[in-house]
Amino acid sequence: MGESLPVDYERDAARPTQDALGSEQARGGIAGSESRADSAAGSITDSVTDPLAGSTVGLATKASSDTDGTATPKRPWRAFATPAIGKAVRGALRVTRHGGSALPGRVAEWFDPGFLARTLDSLPYGVILVSGTNGKTTTTRMIASMLQNLGLKVFTNPTGSNFTRGVVSALLSEVSMSGRLDADIAVLELDEAYAVHFVRQVKPRYSVLLNVMRDQLDRFGEIDNTARLLSRVAAATTGTVVLNREDRRIAALAGVVSKGTRVRYFGLSDDLRKLFPTDDAMHSTGQDAGDDHRTADEPRPVGQQDKASRSAGENLSANGSAVPESPVHADVILTHVDDHVAKFAMDNAEFTATVQLEGMYNLFNAAAALAVVRAVTEVIPTADTSLPHARDARLMRALSYVTPAFGRGEVIEVNGAPVELLLVKNPMGFRMSLASFPPDGHRTMIAINDEYADGRDMSWLWDVDFTSLREGGVDMISGVRAWDMALRLEYDQVRVTRTDTDLPEAVRCFVGSAPGVPKHIYCTYTAMLAVRAELAKVAEVSDAGVGR
Amino acid sequence: MQTTATLTQEHPVDASRVGRPIDVVSLYPKDMNIYGDWGNVLTVERRLVLYGYEPVMHYYNQGDPWPEQVDMVLGGGGQDSGQKKITDDLFKRADTLRALAEADVPMLMICGLYQLFGEYFETIDGSRLDGINIFGVYTEGREKRMIGNLVERSDRFGDVVGYENHSGQTFLRSGVEPFGLVAHDGTGNNGEDHTEGARVHNVIGTYMHGSLLPKNPKVSDFLISAAAEHRYGRFEPEQSQDQRAALEALDQFAANARRVAAARPR
Repeated sequence: MGESLPVDYERDAARPTQDALGSEQARGGIAGSESRADSAAGSITDSVTDPLAGSTVGLATKASSDTDGTATPKRPWRAFATPAIGKAVRGALRVTRHGGSALPGRVAEWFDPGFLARTLDSLPYGVILVSGTNGKTTTTRMIASMLQNLGLKVFTNPTGSNFTRGVVSALLSEVSMSGRLDADIAVLELDEAYAVHFVRQVKPRYSVLLNVMRDQLDRFGEIDNTARLLSRVAAATTGTVVLNREDRRIAALAGVVSKGTRVRYFGLSDDLRKLFPTDDAMHSTGQDAGDDHRTADEPRPVGQQDKASRSAGENLSANGSAVPESPVHADVILTHVDDHVAKFAMDNAEFTATVQLEGMYNLFNAAAALAVVRAVTEVIPTADTSLPHARDARLMRALSYVTPAFGRGEVIEVNGAPVELLLVKNPMGFRMSLASFPPDGHRTMIAINDEYADGRDMSWLWDVDFTSLREGGVDMISGVRAWDMALRLEYDQVRVTRTDTDLPEAVRCFVGSAPGVPKHIYCTYTAMLAVRAELAKVAEVSDAGVGR
Repeated sequence: MQTTATLTQEHPVDASRVGRPIDVVSLYPKDMNIYGDWGNVLTVERRLVLYGYEPVMHYYNQGDPWPEQVDMVLGGGGQDSGQKKITDDLFKRADTLRALAEADVPMLMICGLYQLFGEYFETIDGSRLDGINIFGVYTEGREKRMIGNLVERSDRFGDVVGYENHSGQTFLRSGVEPFGLVAHDGTGNNGEDHTEGARVHNVIGTYMHGSLLPKNPKVSDFLISAAAEHRYGRFEPEQSQDQRAALEALDQFAANARRVAAARPR
């Protein structure tokens, strides 16, 4: 009752407010990944040669572009000018050292509303849309990297610019002057609300729906509502929907997919499930946390047979009833995690991958990425993928090349000691980061901002358990909301050495202390930008395209 | 207070027990606990210790046995699904909760449970859900969600700093005291009459998350002293030097956090 959800998020998404536009600049402003400093926003990466297999996988034939039945929007008479105008705006922005990536997209959307759909619908393998609360950027990066490794030309927005306009801007920088996008497939991460806006223009052939957690609830209201947004994405997908079996709100979306669209799951083995608490388990009181997790949150996706008669909303509120006893089959199951090692069960065989990614939750994201890449490879006619196990072994190698995305365990060497930057956006992400990066032997700093892109509401800090920091304490707290963080830690009886709302000064002081000792810096999104900018003055920091 | 004396006789203090227990109920923590309302429970627990009491925490979920002794009740906000899950049980406990409220047991109900402690909630599609009538307030679902940083003024607590996030609009019956007053249209209970929350006996209902209690120590201490009065007839802190210092540190951090929060954009 009380918090019924009348807010029309679609309308919000369709007409981004000034606030949203501002945040698009902030969130989407990061352009190009660490390794691609030349790229402004989004990138098409050419086919790469698999360094192990030693051969480039070519595409003998391309899938027909009209298999998903999406009507390609009509080209307006003036569409010929869209690439040129968009590129001109982008060029002007770069000349004026304006960091934002959204404005060219804004201009193009106004000038040629069909640009996005027309351009993406021409791709032979369609669009993979990645959404969910946590892990979008890394998962997108993994999918794109693996597909490139299989020889596909991939268009992606690998930089956290997960708003529609950021995608349009990224497209503008990559299309030829004739408006053609030289790529086989697009992998796009989209923020939940913008994903709804996006699928009304472009029907994705694949979607990967990761999780629904409490993230910036001041924007989305409630997590059930966020799940409802994602149900629009699932319903619009024409080929395969990949769902997290372990998140009951996501798994329930199997009930809304269109007839003819396949559902695939990724999941966890029984003994790993307790390491990955779900949002619902987060608030269980200490003594029964384990039980609560096992009883309330065991995977119970609704069966496919339910889909005709139920809407996602009904599924979501009908927890407990009408759910099958045993978990549904998952295509890819994460079975083991270790230091930079993961094992996956696929088709009754177990595969081991060594990974450069940090944090165990990224290994679960890898299962999601594997599931969708496997679905894509089923339609790629190459010899290499004809044997399932050979294909999966190859995917393990591809996974090992994926490097961490901006702020997802990025390590910067300062004064001879590694400084690890950890992006925290929501309580579950913060909890998983604290669990994944033990504080022993490290100095710890936390920087909390409350700009729109970070989320204005500080309530979420109270949903994170910080007692794991009690032993070593926290050496520095900074950011606009440093005192909220200090108050939070004091209530968890975590010793705080210093609190300084001046972020650049705090960073200098922190990295200058305890030479040679490894350090962790947990930061919210805009705090991360400021921390990187400050570190760039004293260390080698790869260009995230955000200006320094 | 008269009722306190009676209840204290019914539950005589056992001198052999270590410390001075205060029994605190966290109401439906599994389903009604969103936007950091957990911080309120944590704050009460820690401050009770620092005032020299022994907090006895009861995490009460639907179907659990009701604790024998209750000196304070804390409830949070929830999602639609969470509210539906607890409604039956809340009605089962309605008489108990009303009696506790009459007996001046302090309670803090945020957002969803504030609404359910009122008369009714009418959803946007016109269906009506009953509340348990502790507050003379009713709530109507509306299109517009009221979201943002908020400072409200209360005669008793001064400025109360928090973050509201609700689409239900709540209206007070005449004579019902608000928790605080807000300065701007589009904020507070309903965006119109500049009231926020409600208060009856020692029961506070409010839309303020943030979490509310850590950043508003005056509200925390009101609840704690009322709980101590309910249990022991009076509030008597017994603090070591360390406990006093720890409380001062908390309040200093809270003062700084309040100053920053009050200056932030909505």
